[in-house]
Amino acid sequence: MSKTRTENSGFWDKLANQPSTDEFIKGLWRDNPVFVQVLGMCPVLAVSNTAENALAMGLATTFVLLMSNILVSSLRRFIPKQVRIASYILIIATFVTMTDYAIQAISVDLHKSLGAFISLIVVNCLILSRAEAFASKNNIWRSFLDALGMGIGFTFALFCLGAVREILGNGSFFGWMLFPDNFQEWIVMILPAGGFFTLAIWLLIFNAFKARKARS
Amino acid sequence: MKEESLWYIFINASLVNNFVLAYFLGICPFLGVSGKMETATKMGGAVSFVMLISSLCAYGLHSLLVAVNAPFLQLISYIVVIASTVQLVEMFIKKMSPTLFRALGIFLPLITTNCAILGVALFQTNKGYGLLESFVYALGAGAGFTLALILIAGLREQLNFADVPNTVKGTALTLLIAGILSLSFMGFAGLGT
Repeated sequence: MSKTRTENSGFWDKLANQPSTDEFIKGLWRDNPVFVQVLGMCPVLAVSNTAENALAMGLATTFVLLMSNILVSSLRRFIPKQVRIASYILIIATFVTMTDYAIQAISVDLHKSLGAFISLIVVNCLILSRAEAFASKNNIWRSFLDALGMGIGFTFALFCLGAVREILGNGSFFGWMLFPDNFQEWIVMILPAGGFFTLAIWLLIFNAFKARKARS
Repeated sequence: MKEESLWYIFINASLVNNFVLAYFLGICPFLGVSGKMETATKMGGAVSFVMLISSLCAYGLHSLLVAVNAPFLQLISYIVVIASTVQLVEMFIKKMSPTLFRALGIFLPLITTNCAILGVALFQTNKGYGLLESFVYALGAGAGFTLALILIAGLREQLNFADVPNTVKGTALTLLIAGILSLSFMGFAGLGT
């Protein structure tokens, strides 16, 4: 990756300066939905007890975010201003129902371990806020990029949390046992309290990075 | 399904499986409105009320959807009921008490996207509760939500006077307190059985 970067540095510079690329990049780091904007916290904390659950939840949310952003953006001239929030929620609920049934068809086990939290994607503040703040004001292509960036950033954050909690709380990673048998699991990490602590520590690390960047 | 006493359902929803501290539902208002004690109390009241109404409606809707054999409409119909209940509450408060309406501000319409409310409706359906059980479940969930909100607001009011490093200020600190609260709520496990 770094090698191609140096070889085509002119190309990458040009790409990075395009406004449409910026819509994509900003969700990954600068405006990361979880670490910076602190949006959509409920699923982040609730299903991040294993890396697999976290990844599945992230992908499901990304799908709903992408589809609803595209649809909201293409209908933005037809939705009356007074009923826009209700219309957005209906659009989101439709896609969430589709995702719910799709996951049930793909893997019953996964559906069971995620439980009601798949349905609860409907009330994820992240999706509604992107629809309201971005998709309703921009064209389809830019909304698509914005949703993709935000979705990947959200999945990345969920994965960070899920990986830490599974490794410490269960001694495994994607179900693979990492430590020898005498490893004492930190049970608290897979309990609800561990979710709060892990997220707090990730936020601390992010804050420390930002503070250092601001100083230099 | 084994029979559960109403008392058990109430204790379970409010303390043992507290919606905020054990299920992580309703975290957004929990982090957003918990700065001041007064707003926290009012917010808790408003959320509990919407929870109660939407839970009763959800029970009726579920029976109706089962009768017409269209369970895939569950999510969409629930969210519509919740949104209209919030609209109703908003109009009611605006008419009855304009001061309270101004105090709650933007957070009133945002109750629609409070996961705890949809959570109550979905969980009671999954658990197969009857009408009375649903009512008690929603009551307990509302009480638990209000309790958690008030606890954290009290702690945060005290923390305003504490000298904390700049890096820790804000959301990270609130989350750390919430973690400790969640640990202490685990002490309620086994209560009410």
